[in-house]
Amino acid sequence: MPPVAPRSGDAIFTSVERVNAELFTLTYGAIVRQLLTDLEEVDEVNKQLDQMGYNIGIRLIDEFLAKSNVSRCVDFKETAEVIAKVGFKMFLGVTATVTNWDADGTTCSLVLEDNPLVDFVELPDTCQGLYYCNILSGVIRGALEMVSMKTEVTWIRDMLRGDDAFEMQVKLLKQVPEEYPYKDDE
Amino acid sequence: MAAAAAVYSLYIINKSGGLIFYKDYGSAGRMDTNDSLRLASLWHSMHAISQQLSPVPSCSGIELLQADTFDLHCFQSLTGTKFFVVCEPGTQHMEGLLKHIYELYTDFVLKNPFYEMEMPIRCELFDINLAQAVQKDRVALLGR
Repeated sequence: MPPVAPRSGDAIFTSVERVNAELFTLTYGAIVRQLLTDLEEVDEVNKQLDQMGYNIGIRLIDEFLAKSNVSRCVDFKETAEVIAKVGFKMFLGVTATVTNWDADGTTCSLVLEDNPLVDFVELPDTCQGLYYCNILSGVIRGALEMVSMKTEVTWIRDMLRGDDAFEMQVKLLKQVPEEYPYKDDE
Repeated sequence: MAAAAAVYSLYIINKSGGLIFYKDYGSAGRMDTNDSLRLASLWHSMHAISQQLSPVPSCSGIELLQADTFDLHCFQSLTGTKFFVVCEPGTQHMEGLLKHIYELYTDFVLKNPFYEMEMPIRCELFDINLAQAVQKDRVALLGR
């Protein structure tokens, strides 16, 4: 059987089941609000959102692979493009652009001009240190870890803090070889 | 033997080689729990060895094992989970079925918040949808 051709982000987005964007945005807002109440510290909330994203990412990656038919990426550059064009489109309905590559091709930025998570959000003075969308960076970290890429994802620009776009920096720390035997400590 | 199941059994192995799902269809090739666990870990190792021995660069392991009495089709996702079916020799379209089972796994197993990753799968919705998929597959075969 010839390999199935990869599907575009738009094609998948139209075929998968979706929920009302407002319901999604408001639900996420309620979660962040609840975390702020429960944890009190903004830093703790950032950490918790990242962890929640990670837990989502390690499961989401399989759905992404199953429904997009993408095959193994040849390099990290292709990986970043696929996340930006197919991954974001499939799950968030928006696409990101990949920029700011460093010389050795291990660090890049994903820029989101449009982000449905923040549609109604204004950050109050008491929450200035909050990375409201920290769940997204966790998702990417978790998803990439399941396909043997250890990454570090940090926010560079945040529209809620007055920047003109959302920008997260994805840094490839190391690629764990998939060959056997796996090392037990990894 | 009328309407014999084309698919004998289905296995899902997690990335460390543990059997997390086993189901047999019909009477042929039925195994008890110990044998299915044994087969799963054997296949996991053979698959790994085949990757190393293959002359093909960056080989992804055995996809099809043909024997006198059965075919074994295997699909490994990029995350390392393996799905394989044991079926009647010469059964067609098993790659498609495995791909579909992978999608069902992502929908009804991974999205179940109470499913623990890498643990045995006990999800009723997955069972139901899986039964339908295998059934449909059988109907498609009978229709031809």
